[in-house]
Amino acid sequence: MDIFIQQVINGLTLGAVYAMVALGYTMVYGIIQLINFAHGEVVMIGAMVAFSVIGALAPSGLPPLAIVLIAAGCAIPVCMLLGYVMERVAYRPLRGAPRLAPLITAIGVSIILQHLAMMIWSRNPLAFPQIIKVESYHFAGATISSVQIAILAISLAMMAGLAALVYRTRLGTAMRATAHNPQVAGLMGIDANRIIALTFVIGAALAAVAGVMVASYYGIAHYAMGSQLGLKAFCAAVLGGIGNIPGAMLGGVLLGVVEALGAGYIGDLTGNMFGSNYQDVFAFIVLIAVLVFRPSGLLGERVGDRA
Amino acid sequence: MIRSHFGVLAIAATVVLAGCGEDKKAQAPATLTIAIGSVAPLTGGIAHLGKDNENGARLAVEEANAAKIRIGGKEAVFQFLAEDDQEDAKVGNTVAQKLVDAKVAGVVGHLNSGTSIPASNIYSGANIPMITGSATNPELTERGLKGVFRVVGRDDQQGPAVANYLIANAKPKVVAVIDDATAYGKGLANEVEKTLTAAGVKVLAREQGTNKTVDWKAVLTKLKGRGPDAVFYGGMDSTGGPLLKQGRELGIKAVFSFGDGACTEKMGEFAGSGADGLLCSQAGIPPQAASKKFLDAYKKRFNTDPILYAPFTYDAANLLIDAMKQADSADAAKYLPVLQKIDFAGATGRISFDEKGDRKDAEMTIFTMKGGKLLPIAIIKSGKTTKYEDFVAQSTAPAADVAKK
Repeated sequence: MDIFIQQVINGLTLGAVYAMVALGYTMVYGIIQLINFAHGEVVMIGAMVAFSVIGALAPSGLPPLAIVLIAAGCAIPVCMLLGYVMERVAYRPLRGAPRLAPLITAIGVSIILQHLAMMIWSRNPLAFPQIIKVESYHFAGATISSVQIAILAISLAMMAGLAALVYRTRLGTAMRATAHNPQVAGLMGIDANRIIALTFVIGAALAAVAGVMVASYYGIAHYAMGSQLGLKAFCAAVLGGIGNIPGAMLGGVLLGVVEALGAGYIGDLTGNMFGSNYQDVFAFIVLIAVLVFRPSGLLGERVGDRA
Repeated sequence: MIRSHFGVLAIAATVVLAGCGEDKKAQAPATLTIAIGSVAPLTGGIAHLGKDNENGARLAVEEANAAKIRIGGKEAVFQFLAEDDQEDAKVGNTVAQKLVDAKVAGVVGHLNSGTSIPASNIYSGANIPMITGSATNPELTERGLKGVFRVVGRDDQQGPAVANYLIANAKPKVVAVIDDATAYGKGLANEVEKTLTAAGVKVLAREQGTNKTVDWKAVLTKLKGRGPDAVFYGGMDSTGGPLLKQGRELGIKAVFSFGDGACTEKMGEFAGSGADGLLCSQAGIPPQAASKKFLDAYKKRFNTDPILYAPFTYDAANLLIDAMKQADSADAAKYLPVLQKIDFAGATGRISFDEKGDRKDAEMTIFTMKGGKLLPIAIIKSGKTTKYEDFVAQSTAPAADVAKK
């Protein structure tokens, strides 16, 4: 039982990170039906910027918590700027183009960002500095570290903040209106371009936080870390119903838990015929099963494809 | 279609380049352009190790050019073609074919066993000798292919070496074995498991990740419930580091033990004090025991120290060059027999090959980690274990000798 609880904790932490990244995919998709494949790289840039800032400030003698906050405080604006530039340069000029064109530029941006990061931060897997001492707490035979608690708390807070922004503010109303019908929203006096750019910027800010969290959780930052994470988060967004914000959160957490339980128990369940390396296969079987019965995802609405 | 275009382009570029060289040196003595390929992953999780391998070979080629070697009565100009196989067998085969199309005289690489084994078919089919400085899976040289060599030890030497050391020193009763599902990681883990089982140690059901896994929590949580005394991982450092760190975070007190792919100083950076006591092996002498001449030249040229197998790729490139020099030809048909019988004093000691293409009497080094530094503790050669200090004291070859040019 204690091992089961431990696996659920592992899964929830992983899922919280997936959910944060999935939100970026789903918000952008909800508004312009674009799958922003470069979103995973924004997470990576967030982690890398934080890595550099922590490395630079570590000898300064500031309290470790302050250093981490400053690092996140630098990573967020850098990623927001990146999100804005990305939208302005690679996606806005293609707004009227067939849907495949921006998809390809998204892949292009992703490759460019990866190699840019490789040039700046080298090919080495970087050891993310652990300046805050990690405390472990025990309950019911399971161990939860302070990093895990922080990840769960921060992502909950950010997701609640995002939900409030989208459902309670004028900006959120404008975002939802643009997602619903950009032309009509434009007629109502909403500047669709501004709203779309803001969506990218908000998604990038979430990605920056996710980047700092994932790098400090695993203690490793690497220029190629974004692609795998981005792919998983994209799947989480689809699982929850792409375009749907609560869906992304649910999909992320669910995918994380399914992966952890898959890795933990798949060997025992199949008499060691399949090992834990099949955890991704396991996760994707769940994904396919959900999509067969609910093609629009768990919380996705059945909407006709917009032209 | 696209690939053949690239091939044509590569050949065209080579022809143009060669043409330019001849134009400029019309009045100078005739030169002979010899292309040497180098393949390693230059992008992805272990790109740092790939660059390390490439640098070693590059240094050898640059030194050979500076030495103005004469082959077949002409001054040899070595061209260095570095390719990226992305640690992926499909890409590895593509770049291998690209090098064949570019008519390289020999290849240093690949880095991984999983890419070297399929690519060796292509090189061997085109009669191009290849020497790997790091691929340790036995299968590479077990298939009777002509012109396939390695200058490091094999995993059926490394696995028993590290497993026996683990048994003798940590005295584990239950060991968990994990691998990254690559040809290298799985092969090495199998060898370790074989040795452990033969010694009567209980080995838990194999756990696997992939060569991109950074989240090992689920696997480690499962293992924690079974209480192993030691954990062996067959894989590379970019996945082994997170494994070690997360294991310690979950409170696993077992001795961790890794193979050569994860036997780098990165472990200390990733896992901090949790890395202390790590036991790991390298399929050769440690980089710091390579010849001083090589170490100085490497540091001067690349402004960094070799990480893992750069001394071996350096030797591999030098072996190709030396065999061409002795045969007085860059034609594989002429220099391959020389390479097969070569006796060469390299940066990693004396090198000669057995009939399979494996290095004779390859050393294995066992390391432990202390205060974030990897310390070599023992050298195992032909089944004999020597303390590292004794090895350095008695050895004349690697530490003192210089590569003969």
